[in-house]
Amino acid sequence: MQRAAIFRSLGQSLERRLPLLVVSPLFALSLFFVYGFIAWTAYISLTKSGVMPVYSFDGLAQYERLWATPRWYVALKNLFIFSSLFIGISMGIGILLAILLDQRIRVEGMIRTIYLYPMALSFIVTGTVWKWILNPGLGIERLVRQAGFESFTFDWLVNSNFAIYTIVIAAVWQSSGYAMALFLAGLRSVDDEILKAAAIDGAGPWRVYTGIVLPMLRPVFLSTVIILAHLAIKSFDLVVALTGGGPGYSTDMPATFMYSFAFQRSELGVAAASAVMMLMTVMAIIVPYLYSELRGTRK
Amino acid sequence: MFHSRNLVPLVAAASLALGATARAEGTVEVLHWWTSGGEAKAVGELKKSFEATGGTWIDSPIAGGGGDAAMTALRARVVAGNPPAAVQLKGPGIQEWAEQGALNDVQDVAEAENWDSVLPPVLAGIMKYKGQYVAAPVNIHRVDWIWANPEALKKAGVEAMPTTWEEFNAAADKLQAAGIIPLAHGGQPWQDATVFEDVVLGVGGAGFFRKALVELDQEALTSDTMIAAFDQLRKLRGYVDPNFSGRDWNLATAMVMRGEAGFQIMGDWAKGEFLAAGKVPGKDFLCAPTPGNAFMLNSDSFTFFKVEGEDKLTGQKVLASLIMSPDFQKTFNLAKGSIPARTDVPLDDFDDCAKLSHADLLKAIESDALVPSMAHEMAVPRSVRGEFLDLVTQFFNSDMSSEDAVEQLAAAIKRAM
Repeated sequence: MQRAAIFRSLGQSLERRLPLLVVSPLFALSLFFVYGFIAWTAYISLTKSGVMPVYSFDGLAQYERLWATPRWYVALKNLFIFSSLFIGISMGIGILLAILLDQRIRVEGMIRTIYLYPMALSFIVTGTVWKWILNPGLGIERLVRQAGFESFTFDWLVNSNFAIYTIVIAAVWQSSGYAMALFLAGLRSVDDEILKAAAIDGAGPWRVYTGIVLPMLRPVFLSTVIILAHLAIKSFDLVVALTGGGPGYSTDMPATFMYSFAFQRSELGVAAASAVMMLMTVMAIIVPYLYSELRGTRK
Repeated sequence: MFHSRNLVPLVAAASLALGATARAEGTVEVLHWWTSGGEAKAVGELKKSFEATGGTWIDSPIAGGGGDAAMTALRARVVAGNPPAAVQLKGPGIQEWAEQGALNDVQDVAEAENWDSVLPPVLAGIMKYKGQYVAAPVNIHRVDWIWANPEALKKAGVEAMPTTWEEFNAAADKLQAAGIIPLAHGGQPWQDATVFEDVVLGVGGAGFFRKALVELDQEALTSDTMIAAFDQLRKLRGYVDPNFSGRDWNLATAMVMRGEAGFQIMGDWAKGEFLAAGKVPGKDFLCAPTPGNAFMLNSDSFTFFKVEGEDKLTGQKVLASLIMSPDFQKTFNLAKGSIPARTDVPLDDFDDCAKLSHADLLKAIESDALVPSMAHEMAVPRSVRGEFLDLVTQFFNSDMSSEDAVEQLAAAIKRAM
């Protein structure tokens, strides 16, 4: 009798702890491989590491070096230009396409697939294709000139002031279909009753979308922004394939900056400092946003 | 079971028999990034020669990123305490690893074979750490070359290869007037820097080059000579076609080959492209040194890492001796398009450009005009080289003034030191 009770309580406690037990190896792994390495990188950024990591503390010298490097400012400026334009335009196009597709049109499935397909390509492929399209000697410029407009110039790819916008073009082409899919799913989840009620109240389509539907899509905005923002901050392969960071280093991004310092120049310390700065930038943007959004939903 | 028991004495007997003919055994693992065309063939020669001595060759080719991927792998191997015996590693990178205590010296081989007397002193200095050889050079590439298409030059009325930058500018103007791109160039930082250092050598001479780009003397870096060098680089920028950005060097070479462009300023690996296309030096293409009456050196070498065990140490020494043997230096460099690092190897089988290179090398040693290349990691650590590349490429791709460039360059170098 008593023994049975013990077993039962054991079983109960096991049942209660089983999820913890199952999750803990994964938790430990991510603790080590994600947060452990973040801590390691942060520490390396405070040392004199060059070709190999060294562990003697050296203060903030690497950060001073980093913030005295003109190339780092170029990388930061590019990140802000690129991510604001990329996120803004992708979401704009995404919403527009989603609303248009939501009008119960024919062959919707096919059109949706066409818009979504660029997402199936890797950024390397996208970058290479756009490199050819935008190359003045091969792509659009040549085509238009051959069509008779001799003075037409479209040399953004090789112009250091505009090259960063070619990356925006390629990235938007690749990702706006994905934003569309997310928004379309959100639109489909809006209750028809609400739309009917709005129609009875005499609200026009513009008013229905701006006043009712889009505010209801708030969670979709959150996830789209987070997904696109992390694509923007990680953007490395697209830059490497499309411009190689050039002309000069005018399209350098923090990620390519970090790669080139760590692996091409044997300056692990500066590279680690730039990685920490990237992490802090992401946290400065995402954490307040997450905080406000998640607090809102909890209420 | 039965098989293997019978096999053991058989193998032992066989190895005894072989041991009589072969000089030495030993195992050597070689980490390199020579994976394409002529390079792979060249390293294959080394492998063949090593195996002919009875040793075991473990090949670790790591392609990608011009050696960046290999360096990452090397770092991991050294941290794990299991470095390869020999690594394709050059320039001040050798010193960086030596300071980490990661290298073995091969001084006894070097002394026995008298490397000091057959290597150019500048190159020997790069191979040594604290007076001991820790690396062996396989070749010498010359960086200060101008390649030209004789047809294009003739069409534009250019009679001779330029010997000063003024002559070069005059020839380029003529080419431009004839509707030919004067200078084929690829807009990648290392190519920009290659042209830059050739210009510095021509404008300032070997002594100035050494002061500014090797010793990193602040005064030389901010001098009027340096400003003049940037002015000339700005002029060259005007001779490049608008579509140069990001172009690979071999595509630029192809432009010269097809006669679309007149000149290319590039190291003698460009010769490999010409030869591979079946072109004949002197007839289908011309080679001449860039102005300056000097010789800018780039050399690939194998650096010996700290391995343990009799077998591996033997392998390392055999490899060192093999790399420096005249026979190997000849076959390797015929495959790679460079010239032997040993100055005493006869060049009868080489082409005319290589012979010119060799003659100029001996002259430059004599007149102390032999300088290591900055852009090709022979002169300064990678961190400093990176600052040079950043600035030069920014200058090349913007309308920065030469005065600003010099000032920013000096500040950047100071930061990196």
